Amino acid sequence: MTDHSETAVLADEPIPPPTSASEIAEEELVEGSSLWKDAWSRLRKNRLAVGSLFTFIAIVVFCIAGPWLSPWDANTQDLFLGAEGPSSAHWFGTDTLGRDLMVRVMYGGRISLMVGLVATIVALSIGVIYGATAGYLGDKTDASMMRFVDMLYALPFTIFVILLMVAFGRSLWLMFVAIGAVEWLSMARIVRSGVIGLKKQEFVEAAVSLGYSHRRIILRHLIPNVLGPVIVIATLTVPAVMLLEAFLSFLGLGVQPPNASWGVLINEGQQNMEIYPWLLIFPALFFAATLFCLNFIGDGLRDALDPKSAKD
Amino acid sequence: MTRFIAKRVLQGILVLLAIYAVTFFLVAATPGSPFSTERAIDPVILKQIEAFYGYDKPTSERFVTSLVNVLNGEFGPSAVYANRTVTQIIAESFPVSLKLGSLSLLLALGIGIPAGIVAAVKRNTWLDYVPMSVSMAGICLPTFVMGPLLALVFGLILNWLPVGGWFGPEFVILPTATLGFYYAAYFARLTRGGMLEMLNQDWVRTARAKGVKESTIVWKHCLKGGLIPAITFLGPALAGIISGSFVVETIFQVPGLGQWFVRAALNRDDFLVLGLTVLFATLIVIMNLLVDIVQVALNPRLKYD
Repeated sequence: MTDHSETAVLADEPIPPPTSASEIAEEELVEGSSLWKDAWSRLRKNRLAVGSLFTFIAIVVFCIAGPWLSPWDANTQDLFLGAEGPSSAHWFGTDTLGRDLMVRVMYGGRISLMVGLVATIVALSIGVIYGATAGYLGDKTDASMMRFVDMLYALPFTIFVILLMVAFGRSLWLMFVAIGAVEWLSMARIVRSGVIGLKKQEFVEAAVSLGYSHRRIILRHLIPNVLGPVIVIATLTVPAVMLLEAFLSFLGLGVQPPNASWGVLINEGQQNMEIYPWLLIFPALFFAATLFCLNFIGDGLRDALDPKSAKD
Repeated sequence: MTRFIAKRVLQGILVLLAIYAVTFFLVAATPGSPFSTERAIDPVILKQIEAFYGYDKPTSERFVTSLVNVLNGEFGPSAVYANRTVTQIIAESFPVSLKLGSLSLLLALGIGIPAGIVAAVKRNTWLDYVPMSVSMAGICLPTFVMGPLLALVFGLILNWLPVGGWFGPEFVILPTATLGFYYAAYFARLTRGGMLEMLNQDWVRTARAKGVKESTIVWKHCLKGGLIPAITFLGPALAGIISGSFVVETIFQVPGLGQWFVRAALNRDDFLVLGLTVLFATLIVIMNLLVDIVQVALNPRLKYD
């Protein structure tokens, strides 16, 4: 983000007539930076999004730092204690094996958030490069590449992921790849349509006439210009991914014990909810709150980055 | 239009073939065999079993045979449940899932679309804020959270409704609500967005300036275009309801296809997995096709994409 502030300063100075390729690139960045600054100031006014951002950060800190501060360990069982309701010793209570639920929620959160983040990065990398390539190359290549995406869209995703998880064992890494492989499609579509809109513009023509390679034009000129929508969709993909992970874990196909994600904890809570409702309520609360925040942040970012979409 | 439909049907068939191939090879790549059991089987018998199910042949040959069979409507026997064919299992459980799924979809549309329209028309009033907050909550409470919570409140605390089984109309309510509300939330948001986009068009301002009644503007001018996002979502919604049924049927012990699918995948019941995948995929492809046609009917410009 540092170059934004630098280029923001540049924006106030008169721009010298572009003489070399690098200055053309710079001019492009100046445009970009004012967009980001505007977006930031718009986002700051959106109280819901800012509140969500802070809540989300609080949840992340809670999950990452919490286990170091808690006297309990996530996997130490206390079978004599068993499942006890919330108390001053165990704030969220304990599960049927006498494990402290608060620490388990923290560890579960770490895994859920990590899956959300890593799988989104996988999806992002595939989707952005694929979509930009299709959009930039156009014509037949584009048509066949997007047909392929359409085809995958029609594939029943969850069935596919379930089969993948069954076929290749239930490892965390496979889950990242499987979920990422499913979630990149809408990203590819959004990037492609953005690139198609951009590639007819002068700065791309200029880059082409300067003899830059396709690779460079795509990576350096086109992708930075579609980052806005990409960030929005990425923010909204994180909760979608977490949902899919929790879904898989709920069916017993995701994270395996003794590790736990929020999905695993919700499943455990669901089985015991009649007698020990707190086992369901606490993980569900954290899971829902996180999804809530991420969705609001995503909505806020969309309104901020694309003022046209902010109707009211 | 006919050409457009023909093209899409052809595409759908190709998609189905591709799905079949991917599923087949994925299932074939799964380690282990459907016939491995806890007890050791005499290798001679195992050979015979494998020969009976065609597993003695190479994968590529099996693929061709199974594809031909499926095209003839033959899904083969269940590899795990002896003496039952995939067709029998589907015939038994599909009506249950169909009922659950269609009722949920109806519920989702019946609540979501009116809520979205009202929220868009009365934007920035409590008629907008309340449904939109509820729908945000709905989106953040996935089926596997909503289901247990509903069961806890209405089944165990209030004791109004049964929490498991499938024996009469009262057993349908909780699973349907669990599945339906989630998608109602999506439909509400999409409809609101679509309607707002329409209501902000210049020609709406013109119509208002000319003194056209607000109700005419909403129902006659904006509804058609405003519903497009919601209609587009019908395909994904159906796919989601199918996979949601995996969860809901487990929570409420509904004897539908969703339960079978997860069990079949875990048990390596290859034929059943393939049969169910074909069924789900066909449903989704047909739904997408219908959505495409309706979309083009609503917005003819799309035809030239």
